[in-house]
Amino acid sequence: MRLINLTPGKGGRLLLGALPFVVLALAYLVGSALRLADNPGDKLLPSLGAMGRMIEVMAFTPDKRTGAYLLWTDTAASLFRLWSGLAIATVIALVIGLLNGVLPVMRALLAPFVAFLSMVPPLALLPVLFIVLGLGEVSKIALIVIGVAPILTRDLALTAAALPREQIVKAETLSASSWLIAWRVVLPQVMPRLIDSLRLQLGPAFLFLIAAEAISAEGGLGYRIFLVRRYLSMDIIFPYVVWITVLAVAMDLALRLLRRRLYPWAEPEGRA
Amino acid sequence: MTALTIQNLWKEYGPQVVLESVSLTIAPRAFVALVGPSGCGKTTFLRMLLGQEQPTRGTIVMDGAPLPREPGPDRGVVYQRYSVFPHLTALQNVMIGPEMRAARLAGRLWGKARKGLADDAATLLHEVGLAGAEDKFPAQLSGGMQQRLALAQTLMMRPKLLLLDEPFGALDPGIRAEIHALMRRLWHEHPMTVVMVTHDMREAFALATRVIAFDRPRQRPEERERYGATITNDIALWPPRVAGRQTIYDADIPAGDEDLSRFAIQPGPPRPDQGALR
Ligand SMILES: Nc1ncnc2c1ncn2[C@@H]1O[C@H](COP(=O)(O)OP(=O)(O)O)[C@@H](O)[C@H]1O
Ligand SMILES: [Mg+2]
Repeated sequence: MRLINLTPGKGGRLLLGALPFVVLALAYLVGSALRLADNPGDKLLPSLGAMGRMIEVMAFTPDKRTGAYLLWTDTAASLFRLWSGLAIATVIALVIGLLNGVLPVMRALLAPFVAFLSMVPPLALLPVLFIVLGLGEVSKIALIVIGVAPILTRDLALTAAALPREQIVKAETLSASSWLIAWRVVLPQVMPRLIDSLRLQLGPAFLFLIAAEAISAEGGLGYRIFLVRRYLSMDIIFPYVVWITVLAVAMDLALRLLRRRLYPWAEPEGRA
Repeated sequence: MTALTIQNLWKEYGPQVVLESVSLTIAPRAFVALVGPSGCGKTTFLRMLLGQEQPTRGTIVMDGAPLPREPGPDRGVVYQRYSVFPHLTALQNVMIGPEMRAARLAGRLWGKARKGLADDAATLLHEVGLAGAEDKFPAQLSGGMQQRLALAQTLMMRPKLLLLDEPFGALDPGIRAEIHALMRRLWHEHPMTVVMVTHDMREAFALATRVIAFDRPRQRPEERERYGATITNDIALWPPRVAGRQTIYDADIPAGDEDLSRFAIQPGPPRPDQGALR
């Protein structure tokens, strides 16, 4: 039988999917054990027990100085920045992207400018943001918006413009105005795609967040990682990295479920 | 009752002449089938009737007034594909036209108005044979059902002129015969004039009151770009099919009975070679 026709069953899929995780975990355990056997004071690959103790300290013990539970306050601060940035970027993408995708006049006005903006490397603007907007929350949120909004906008405009011309004409014969075409025909059809491209932008959004927090912040996941880096505290950094990843995966999953719930007609064939 | 007068219509895209000197008068309630080889400009002609494209020269007059320069609810259209909205259920697809006409800002109706419209829409869905499919999305409907839905969606606006661009071209023969019966009935029952593009001669003669053929009179390669297609044949069906009336096309004629007056047909003058038919 050809390899291409070999499809794993349900159990097989689960097993295969788990395999890389198991391999990674084993590799870490072995590497850590070997290094620690060599030098019990090694900080590079801490044992699971050491990491567990630090998780205990960060997540479930109040900080001596402030009385806060650091992991949770860091998470709250970071998620606030991330979600504010993504929300603002989404609103911008919806407004500009729809105008751009639906109205030829707006496309002529905006498309070249948005294409230009989307090529500005956002991290290069970070010093400018800190200088202009100060070191507070605004500059961090702004970085995420600047990094994510142009791509969301362009993607949305392309999706809107790719709708068959027939649909627009059809809507006109059903008495739609330009506004109603955007509202009832184009918007609902670009929403599933907007959610998907938001999912793809979660990675870059975290990148911008952590970059901003690393340079200046009072708290936050990225701030903590770069703070304890000075003490080579891998036993804190590793759990934080895993936690950030888990958060991102959870958001990705939530968006996917949201899309399936709100736009069942847009599911790929066979899954509707 | 919608009449169309098309005078000396030309359509050019840059150097390419697509249609040239097309002149045509379409009677109210006619069902015109437009046939012709692929690429001869049938869709282009339909787009000009729709208002989506402007003629390079010539005029189109509908009911005594020049045609509006953009599509509107007085002219409905059904394409071979993309005729219904994939994100709306069958019922929502049929309701969206009247909803958008009534609510210019929200594009939706609520409460009693919505209920009344939903009832009308369900009735029309029933009429086109889609009872029970109200809550299905187009992707869950077969090709034939999607085209029935497209017809219902368009008819909700009570268009004066219905434009069809190879609407049944992608359907299987059996399904096509069924939808032809539906199309004939809808044309009889709704006061509209129909222009249908088709590449199927049998379909043209099965439905239309008049069959018009477009073709390029000049076919040599060096002439193709500078000369467009025009009307090469214009055949009125005889005995005529009449909107809203029973004709011989709707009934089996008993053998030996050739009295057409029972079918309310104004008998035409006998043709020399078909004199027996009267
Ligand atoms: N927007 C356009 N720009 C340039 N040429 C076009 C355009 N639309 C149609 N044409 C040309 O017009 C000719 C007729 O096209 P069309 O009306 O679609 O033919 P048909 O529907 O009879 O198959 C084709 O040669 C096509 O290339
Ligand atoms: Mg065509």
